[in-house]
Amino acid sequence: MHADQTAEAEGGSAIERFCERSREVGVPVARVSREEATDVIGELADPPVVATPLPWEGIDSPEDATTEPTPDDLERATTGVTPAVGAVADYGSVLLRSDRAGSEPTSLFVDRHIAVLDAADVVPDMGTALADHGDAFREESASIVVATGPSATADMGELVVGAHGPRGVDVVLIDDDADVGETIDGGSDE
Amino acid sequence: MSSRSESRRVKAAKIRALMESEGDAVRANTEGFNQGRYESVARLEDYEGLKDEARAIKEEAIERLPELIDAVRETIEARGGTVYIAEDAADANRYIAELCAEQETETVVKSKSMTTEEIDVNDHLAEQGVNAVETDLGEWVLQVADEAPSHLVAPALHKSKEGIAELFNGVFDPDESLETAQELTAFARDRLGEEIADADVGMTGANFITADSGTLALVTSEGNARKCVAATDTHVAVAGVEKIVPSVEDLQPFVELIGRSGTGQDLTSYVSLLTPPVESPVVDHASPEEPIDSESADDREFHLVLIDNGRMAMREDPELKETLYCIRCSACANTCANFQHVGGHAFGGETYTGGIATGWEAGVHGQESAAEFNDLCTGCSRCVEACPVKIDIPWINTVVRDRINRGDDGEFDWLVEGLTPDADPGGVSLQKRLFGNFETLARLGSATAPVSNWLAGLGPTREAMERLFGVDSRRELPAFRRETLVDWFEKRGGVATSEKRAQRGKSGEVESTREVVLYPDLYTNHVLVDRGKAAVRTLEALGVPVRIPEIPSSGRAPLSQGMIATAREKAEAVADALAPHLIEERDVVIIEPSDLAMFRGEYEKLLPERTADAISAGSYELLEYVYGLLEEGVDAGVLSGPRGDGDVAYHSHCQQRTMGLEAHTVAVLDRAGYDVTTSEAECCGMAGSFGYKSQYYELAVDIGEELSGQLEGSGRVLTSGTSCTEQLGSLGDEPVHPIELLAPGRPAGGDDGS
Repeated sequence: MHADQTAEAEGGSAIERFCERSREVGVPVARVSREEATDVIGELADPPVVATPLPWEGIDSPEDATTEPTPDDLERATTGVTPAVGAVADYGSVLLRSDRAGSEPTSLFVDRHIAVLDAADVVPDMGTALADHGDAFREESASIVVATGPSATADMGELVVGAHGPRGVDVVLIDDDADVGETIDGGSDE
Repeated sequence: MSSRSESRRVKAAKIRALMESEGDAVRANTEGFNQGRYESVARLEDYEGLKDEARAIKEEAIERLPELIDAVRETIEARGGTVYIAEDAADANRYIAELCAEQETETVVKSKSMTTEEIDVNDHLAEQGVNAVETDLGEWVLQVADEAPSHLVAPALHKSKEGIAELFNGVFDPDESLETAQELTAFARDRLGEEIADADVGMTGANFITADSGTLALVTSEGNARKCVAATDTHVAVAGVEKIVPSVEDLQPFVELIGRSGTGQDLTSYVSLLTPPVESPVVDHASPEEPIDSESADDREFHLVLIDNGRMAMREDPELKETLYCIRCSACANTCANFQHVGGHAFGGETYTGGIATGWEAGVHGQESAAEFNDLCTGCSRCVEACPVKIDIPWINTVVRDRINRGDDGEFDWLVEGLTPDADPGGVSLQKRLFGNFETLARLGSATAPVSNWLAGLGPTREAMERLFGVDSRRELPAFRRETLVDWFEKRGGVATSEKRAQRGKSGEVESTREVVLYPDLYTNHVLVDRGKAAVRTLEALGVPVRIPEIPSSGRAPLSQGMIATAREKAEAVADALAPHLIEERDVVIIEPSDLAMFRGEYEKLLPERTADAISAGSYELLEYVYGLLEEGVDAGVLSGPRGDGDVAYHSHCQQRTMGLEAHTVAVLDRAGYDVTTSEAECCGMAGSFGYKSQYYELAVDIGEELSGQLEGSGRVLTSGTSCTEQLGSLGDEPVHPIELLAPGRPAGGDDGS
């Protein structure tokens, strides 16, 4: 029912597969421990930065990030940092939930989006992702964008990465099982 | 009459012009999408299962539609949104215009939506002084160029990068002239960014709407739909009523199939699942220096405009109903040889393009709109397996063609009365009537051959045929054989002789009691008689006795002209003729794939269920049958192997491939020692009568040339279908049926792979 290799989509392997797929769709994954996360986000985030609050204790956006941006701040920002509420391993997709803090515009109007993701929220396939969030749609009126790679268009005669949305996306994957010292640009699989 | 021949000339000219101006871009893009689809669906673990799931959800949703509409309304209204059911385009446009007036908005920013194209909302808003700006880059290109979409998903795919650069440089006169796709994209993004910033109303479509949560699913890549919603405080979503599915969980198969089926992407960049009014602050560019107010999420307004515009009537129409399952992925267009070569500006109606457009146009705009392009569906059936919701698109085209035929006034019936003993009404054009009654022509042709062939080839005859029937005089006509296959077989001693020969052919170990009825299809019987003889010899050598009774034509010819009543009469006659053989458990073996496709496919719609099932279950394609015999242990040694290097280039028939029967022929050739290269082209372009018709001749040749180019240099060319044989034969060496190579005792010197 799902994309290939679902059979092995148990536990840790879903995370491995997410990392692999994510890179295939042009999104590098930095797989980091909880302790490293804030530093890694800081290294990745080219200023000016806009950000919405990250829900994990001890993990923060860069100090110089604007958290209550104006429309002009958004348009000027190079980097936007937001949390992702989940990810789909089969597709290398992250789930971006709209909120009052403005995660949707913060992930959208910038050149580069950094999605911060907890490894516990990675699910193997699309069916699981929709089932897991079904009640959020029904009961909490949730809006979620399934984002896979940067924005793109082929409407100008050939493929161009970076259309109306960001031209670059990074994922910072918080994984307590990640080896210490593993950081940007590679993650565990390289 | 002259008006018919004149309109054929006009159509041919239009197609020629489009092939010239847009053909290259359309072909490169659609063939790329089509190839991408094959690759992307191959990565799925259970593609067929996923399609079945999607189909089942759509069937249920359309069945329960009134109830689901109520549920959507309740859910969305409970959140403070509004749902408006628009009876037709005018009703929808009036509602949307009033809304814009209330909001005092001057600019509406839109994301791509075919449904808003269907109702022409942009024009209507312009009349009210509201500027509707398309923000999808492809749609914007068309808005600037003042052109119509040529494709459901990539609306400007007929335009090249150079063409767009020329357009932008001419219209906007930028400081630095634009050239690359990157520059064009950046330029468009900046300009559209300003439009989005200025707008108060964002308009989107919806690919799906869930009844349980009121969630809209928008499948996009550019991010403009997200921006149109994020940056405006009023969101208007316009969607056909058929877009509703019961639950959020039901989105799964569609989300997984839509990108793969369309552009060959596993998933597009963004699948927005919006449950409006969305809980996101409004990015209010009117106050650019004010921090975005999180409370502004509460000020959002949402209006869902659900469009009927003929859909509820389609739901009641047993033949058009399936159209409502369509998710507008564009697979049927991308996989269609005709579409690949001419694009949606020819293969499309007022709004919709490609094979399924016939259903949509007939349903929402009326039959006249479908009549413009409906004949471009040749029934090749390649779209059937590509469609993620398994719509029988060729059948919808056939039904609408039949209705169009019935809608017209009859023309000069007396002229062809003797030649056309069909059951269809007077509205059928002479051209359709001629091709629909091919059986009569073939009988007459063989009976009077070679005089008939000589007469048909004469200049004045061809001129008259072109004028009266639109048979293109550049196309070589089939040469009828004086001795039909049935005559030959009887003269040879009929069943008794065949039984004796089969007895000699039986291999020692295998006890077979099989008996074959070889179906004398029109072409094998009257024109391509050699392939029939080769089939008889092969089956006998494999130990199976053959009989070839007189059985009427399958009905394929009239069906392809939309003459369903005549096709049904033929089907009934075939069923009567086959019944005693099926009762005796004889296997029905068919050489012509398009006839087998009737037996296995359309007969379901033309005959009582059990009759159709019995015919379908008892029928085999010739090489499928040979393959089966070899699998049962019959010695393959009697088949003729290669005498040269054994290289053969095989083009399977379109319908044969849809039935999954290409592989059997390849396997048998392979076992006999041939080295087989297969074609990539979806169809040869000939498609029965299509390539004979003067309005389509050049298009058919264009498609055929692509195929013959693919096969060139790969060895002796083999084809299974009559049309493919005629088409490739007219463009190069005459191909043969694989059985003619494989038949035992092939005359010495008969060439093969060398």
